[in-house]
Amino acid sequence: MVSITINGREIKTDQEDITLLQLARSEGIGIPTLCFHKALLPYGACRLCVVEVTGGQNTKIVNSCAYPVREDGISVQTNTPKLKQIRKNILEFLLARCPEIDMVKKMASGLGVKEKRLPEKSLPEDQTEECILCGLCVRVCGEVIGKEAISFVHRGAEREVAAPFYSQSKDCVGCTACHFVCPTGAIKVKESGNKRFISPWNTEITLVTCEMCGISFAPENSGEYLQAKLGLPAEWLKLCPQCRRKVAAETMGKYDFTSRNVILKK
Amino acid sequence: MTVDLEKVNSIIEKYRDDREAFIALLQDISAEYRYLPEEVIRYVSEEIEVPVSRLFSLATFYTSFRLEPRGEHEVQVCMGTACHVRGAPRMLDKVTQKLNIKPGETTEDKRFTVETVNCVGACALGPLLVYDGKYYGKLTQWKIEKLLEGSNDEDDQSS
Ligand code: FES
Ligand code: FES
Repeated sequence: MVSITINGREIKTDQEDITLLQLARSEGIGIPTLCFHKALLPYGACRLCVVEVTGGQNTKIVNSCAYPVREDGISVQTNTPKLKQIRKNILEFLLARCPEIDMVKKMASGLGVKEKRLPEKSLPEDQTEECILCGLCVRVCGEVIGKEAISFVHRGAEREVAAPFYSQSKDCVGCTACHFVCPTGAIKVKESGNKRFISPWNTEITLVTCEMCGISFAPENSGEYLQAKLGLPAEWLKLCPQCRRKVAAETMGKYDFTSRNVILKK
Repeated sequence: MTVDLEKVNSIIEKYRDDREAFIALLQDISAEYRYLPEEVIRYVSEEIEVPVSRLFSLATFYTSFRLEPRGEHEVQVCMGTACHVRGAPRMLDKVTQKLNIKPGETTEDKRFTVETVNCVGACALGPLLVYDGKYYGKLTQWKIEKLLEGSNDEDDQSS
């Protein structure tokens, strides 16, 4: 059992390996994050989740998403002027990188960034930077899907996420998990006919069609892989989400919800 | 361009027991072909069962790895601080004008590849360039002229 205080409130936990961020959030204390996702391992890239940890005489600034709660008696502050300033600075950089992204703009103004102090990233006329390099897409692909179809490439100012050799990745299963976790909407998925296009990765995936309504919905070649990996039900490969819902509703319709005991109607 | 995969096999064999030595492996491949051919990277990824994305990430991270074939001769002009103040930008201009390419490019006849590097640890000799691994210090435009015309007599070589 470890007992710490967060913003003056005493909190106890006996969960091993719980991080400061998780503990704070479970107590309803908000800490902003960008590169954290509860399905993924802590990454510690965005530094937005910084908090001040005081143990004995020393106060240090740590990123709460990757800081395990182990020492008894530490006191944590999540919103001191210093921390606010750090977060503001980070958002200023992100804003300079991605001035067009709503989510970044909102977050920046929410943290009190009023004016743009830094020059914007220069890009060719018709391009805007949408990626903040949080690495969520790369990590979800590797950690959850188990594929590593995309990765960070180049470094420094040229760093970006891409599929190998900027061409269709043979490891991509077309699950669009990357699109799902992306906080800025940088990853675009388009579907037309039985094709799915994931634009930044130059990837095109063929889809299977629903047995009931004929709509194309799930990736063709990797359906089985995803189904096993993610523990999806068998119908996942046969019916599209709408039809699955319809079937579920019909099955449910056979139950009598008016009685407390659920009885199957004949 | 098709490449001979025989050589790759022996390199892969060398690192059989050291599954984490991707960088060393890529270095050996790069030494063999003088760049990292895409087919080779893809082949290696299959053989050692490592996602291509990981190898591609490494290959693009380190500037010593190239994904494009190199010219016959490699010219690296030092742009480090010491060389810079001693006139490296003018030396670079000379080289690029002479060969009519930009840094990072290879001449059309595939004879020269020009690159900039940041300090090769011979600052006292600046401005300096490395020609096929050999250091040429205390550069002048005239020395560059001679060097690139192929008459690099021994007197001009420092280091
Ligand atoms: S959420 Fe902790 S560093 Fe990004
Ligand atoms: S700066 Fe050129 S060798 Fe050091």
